[in-house]
Amino acid sequence: MNEKRLVYPWTRKDVTSLKSGESVLITGTLYMARDAAHARMTDEFMTKGKFPFEPEGQAIYYSGPAPAPPGKIIGPAGPTTSGRMDKFTPLLLENGLYFMIGKGNRSSEVIDSIVKNGCAYMAATGGAAALLSRSIISQEIVSYPELGPEALRKLYVEDFPAIVIIDCNGNNLYEDGKRQYRKIHITAREDNAVKNPNKNTTG
Amino acid sequence: MRILNTDIIKNAVEKMCIEASYKIPENIVRCYYDALKIEESPLAKQILGQLIENANYAASNNVPSCQDTGMVVVFLKIGREVFLTGKPIEDMINEGVALGYEKGWLRKSVVSHPLERINTGTNTPAVIHFEFIDGDKVEITVMPKGFGSENMSAFAMLKPSDGIEGVRNFILDTVEKAGPNACPPLFIGIGLGGTAEKAMLLSKKALLRNPGYRSTIKKDAELELQLIDLLNQTGIGATGTGGTVTVFDVFVESYPTHIAGLPVAVNICCHAMRHKETVI
Ligand code: SF4
Repeated sequence: MNEKRLVYPWTRKDVTSLKSGESVLITGTLYMARDAAHARMTDEFMTKGKFPFEPEGQAIYYSGPAPAPPGKIIGPAGPTTSGRMDKFTPLLLENGLYFMIGKGNRSSEVIDSIVKNGCAYMAATGGAAALLSRSIISQEIVSYPELGPEALRKLYVEDFPAIVIIDCNGNNLYEDGKRQYRKIHITAREDNAVKNPNKNTTG
Repeated sequence: MRILNTDIIKNAVEKMCIEASYKIPENIVRCYYDALKIEESPLAKQILGQLIENANYAASNNVPSCQDTGMVVVFLKIGREVFLTGKPIEDMINEGVALGYEKGWLRKSVVSHPLERINTGTNTPAVIHFEFIDGDKVEITVMPKGFGSENMSAFAMLKPSDGIEGVRNFILDTVEKAGPNACPPLFIGIGLGGTAEKAMLLSKKALLRNPGYRSTIKKDAELELQLIDLLNQTGIGATGTGGTVTVFDVFVESYPTHIAGLPVAVNICCHAMRHKETVI
């Protein structure tokens, strides 16, 4: 499979040229944050008017690593479910964040914001945490050390593998890929729901 | 009567937590290889290859295969001829979990009160299920359960008239909703019948069956085959990026139920189906 390379510092054009379905190898700086760090960052922005890091031109990787065993830079660090960060994401994109890496569906608000701001959403392979951590060359805690695995970290990654899920045109691999390989038409019920929008047809 | 000090159980649980997190069982990794042979999507194949590499790398380097080393579910089957001495068995299981998560560099993901959400710092308490069996042995199964997939599990009280069609549709809806969030390809445990909590427990226990083994109840075995076929036609595929392998296996466990009810529980497990068994 042909992989595209994305090297820091990435430009807006690098990000808007990413296409849904593309495999990408990322080299450069990523911020690592999940639920608790997102809640705190948003609070900080609301009260102090700035984030603990400048999001302009940066990227966030949704993950909460396992503890680093002796001699290792970081423990296994795979993606966590992105949907839990949906409510915090548009604010970050409005403030210049370029892309996010996680796993799983995004809300329509996030997708709209990705399109509006020329951003992208990528996925790393969920569960391949041991493998992914090999691409993490360095890490430091930027904020909230008391949150342990949920602290805000700054990473340097080399050839970190990801797949573009949602591109700046709103193409969504989770939908397109599924459609391509779908063999049944469960749409019988979906059609029904469309025709009779008021009738709840699910069991 | 066999006298057994619960200290032994603590040590066993500690070891099992670490081993389960580092080493995905061979029969599970075999599922990844088998899927690679039949998957049609090149991207999904690339992902299945990563899962194989990840499992091998974690096992040979003694690191957890996934950063979410789960909340620990323990199934304990105690022989009727065993007499337990020492500290209470629940305490010893929890001490074993705490030691395993500390010594094995596993992520501690358990928070105290669900609304206060303070990390307990030990990954305890575990969720413990007891059962009695014949003989003088204790069988322990440790299952670290990640929440990417646990979160997508579901339960419904269907009407008896919904029948097999209703059951199938509910399971299909649940897997469709789980989509990419639960780290497919998935293992699906189905609990059919009993009461609400019985169905849920059956669905979790169902996940412990060896892949490829069908239920001994003909009706359940048929439903398993139908569901495997149906769910693999959804197109969700490995990690949800599209493909022909969405589930590795489906296991149905059933139990008699009430004239008025048709409980269905769906417990979803990601491809990182980790568990470890020991007989003492
Ligand atoms: S769902 Fe499973 S494989 Fe995915 S992150 Fe959670 S534990 Fe890991």
